[in-house]
Amino acid sequence: MTVRDALNSAIDEEMSADPKVFVMGEEVGQYQGAYKITKGLLEKYGPERVYDTPITEAGFTGIGVGAAYAGLKPVVEFMTFNFSMQAIDHIINSAAKSNYMSAGQINVPIVFRGPNGAAAGVGAQHSQCYAAWYASVPGLKVLAPYSAEDARGLLKAAIRDPDPVVFLENELLYGESFPISEEALDSSFCLPIGKAKIEREGKDVTITTFSKMVGFALKAAEKLAEEGISAEVINLRSIRPLDRATINASVRKTSRLVTVEEGFPQHGVCAEICASVVEESFSYLDAPVERIAGADVPMPYAANLERLALPQ
Amino acid sequence: MALLRLSSRCTGISRPLSAAFSRFISTDTTPITIETSLPFTAHLCDPPSRSVESSSQELLTFFRTMALMRRMEIAADSLYKAKLIRGFCHLYDGQEAVAIGMEAAITKKDAIITAYRDHCIFLGRGGSLHEVFSELMGREDGCSKGKGGSMHFYKKESSFYGGHGIVGAQVPLGCGIAFAQKYTKDEAVTFALYGDGAANQGQLFEALNISALWDLPAILVCENNHYGMGTAEWRAAKSPSYYKRGDYVPGLKVDGMDAFAVKQACKFAKEHALKNGPIILEMDTYRYHGHSMSDPGSTYRTRDEISGVRQERDPIERIKKLVLSHDLATEKELKDMEKEIRKEVDDAIAKAKVNITVILLLAYSTFTNG
Repeated sequence: MTVRDALNSAIDEEMSADPKVFVMGEEVGQYQGAYKITKGLLEKYGPERVYDTPITEAGFTGIGVGAAYAGLKPVVEFMTFNFSMQAIDHIINSAAKSNYMSAGQINVPIVFRGPNGAAAGVGAQHSQCYAAWYASVPGLKVLAPYSAEDARGLLKAAIRDPDPVVFLENELLYGESFPISEEALDSSFCLPIGKAKIEREGKDVTITTFSKMVGFALKAAEKLAEEGISAEVINLRSIRPLDRATINASVRKTSRLVTVEEGFPQHGVCAEICASVVEESFSYLDAPVERIAGADVPMPYAANLERLALPQ
Repeated sequence: MALLRLSSRCTGISRPLSAAFSRFISTDTTPITIETSLPFTAHLCDPPSRSVESSSQELLTFFRTMALMRRMEIAADSLYKAKLIRGFCHLYDGQEAVAIGMEAAITKKDAIITAYRDHCIFLGRGGSLHEVFSELMGREDGCSKGKGGSMHFYKKESSFYGGHGIVGAQVPLGCGIAFAQKYTKDEAVTFALYGDGAANQGQLFEALNISALWDLPAILVCENNHYGMGTAEWRAAKSPSYYKRGDYVPGLKVDGMDAFAVKQACKFAKEHALKNGPIILEMDTYRYHGHSMSDPGSTYRTRDEISGVRQERDPIERIKKLVLSHDLATEKELKDMEKEIRKEVDDAIAKAKVNITVILLLAYSTFTNG
């Protein structure tokens, strides 16, 4: 199943199960979705469940959060998370903090989803990774699927969750196909939020990453195996809450850690994982933690430069 | 009957029924028609009539509740100066007519969302003095258990959605609540309150555009007190005719110091919104305090202006004159009522002062299920 179909089926099933779930965003309806993730939903559920918005992120995100205050379950699509910056006040101040500020009176069962991070040649303003930004905010849950199973299970969990979830997809993964189990195809399938997955077991080094880099890490593990190094690859799945237990247990086993992400290096997800391991498993480390991240520059356009700016 | 209804307004505090109130029971059911002091100015709609249906009970309730709101805000001023209230504290005294007039026109199924000048709106939605003072002083019985503070009062069961600190954010949120009301076919509307300062925010126009496109039952209420913090409206808005700023959305300009004009406008707006989608109400009002307790409020406006408004347009004085002219109470009875209110507020503060501060375990729960 492709990631695209996995996401589409997840939204479809949750809309079918709960009439309060609705979809909102630019081109999600008549256009069938800028990346076709919401294909067919308008035809199936009608304009009262699938809403095409004007290109006004601050306005429609605020409206989505307000609808969630009043008990609906919006799935708000950002065409890419770069555009979420126009609405970030609503994501953080209106959505994330409300449960706390109201001492539980207001809960915000909203999902903000869309492609995150680098694509291919889209340039500086369309390539930023927002995982670190959103994952630093108490009150948000931040998820990043890799496989089709991740996509289905995590999106269904996100839509059912009573709190705001930032769901970071990856444009280049949409078309990728993954094997999928019968269990994952069931409409009740759901993955737990806050649990990482050990994609490949190993004993010499731990590699943690998320989204597209999981594929790269698995390939790297294959190459390392040829050199006699057994790498354990952890697919984070959940950036916030971070599965510190799984990460630390793995590092205590392997004694070495390489953390990988596509986003900017400073104050990134890797930095947080490094801090967590240093705090909790310091005496188990045989070497300093190695961070592999995107280059500390706005994303260049030229293909060769873009390649240099991202982990390969 | 009037007695019981009046005493239900001061939740949590029981008072002995004074003899002065026994007069009111007999005049309870008399309908009274009040003329608004000024006509409404309309944009893209026909203004409502200046004759407002009311009753003696409503007149007295208006007086009592506004006097309570006024006293509450003045008491908050003292608490802030005594350092029992910290951070930001934005007071509403002068603007009471908007809160009370709006409540009189709507039900608790209709939603209200506002910015940070929210104490009186909270009270109008059924909040208690105890919840107000406890929250302001960061105590456990506060409406947000001390975790919100002055700017973050909520009362979900009365459809009051806060209490927001970011200027203008509450307007798209309010349109979202209206969206939900339409989605679930509630036959209810949402009043999204904002100031003249927030009226220039881009997100407001984005939300209004969507609300008009989707016919959402959203009523945008500009509480124009003529100053966005320290900036007068003519320095911030090229067009300070806020009721017209909706362009393709109808609007009404209302004397916000006249509780009956507010009531009539809100009633009109609710009917409009349920049938035709969004509408803007501009309430011409005034705040006696500065923007917040950190602002003396006199560096950007003259003391003459402030005292002038207090003398000519004070909303409570207006109601008082109506009560007296309709022979619903004597001056002395009203003075006694004010004394009782003062005591009620003092008692609430004393009770809130001994309330405990929130415990640490509670402080860390950010999520609905943990």
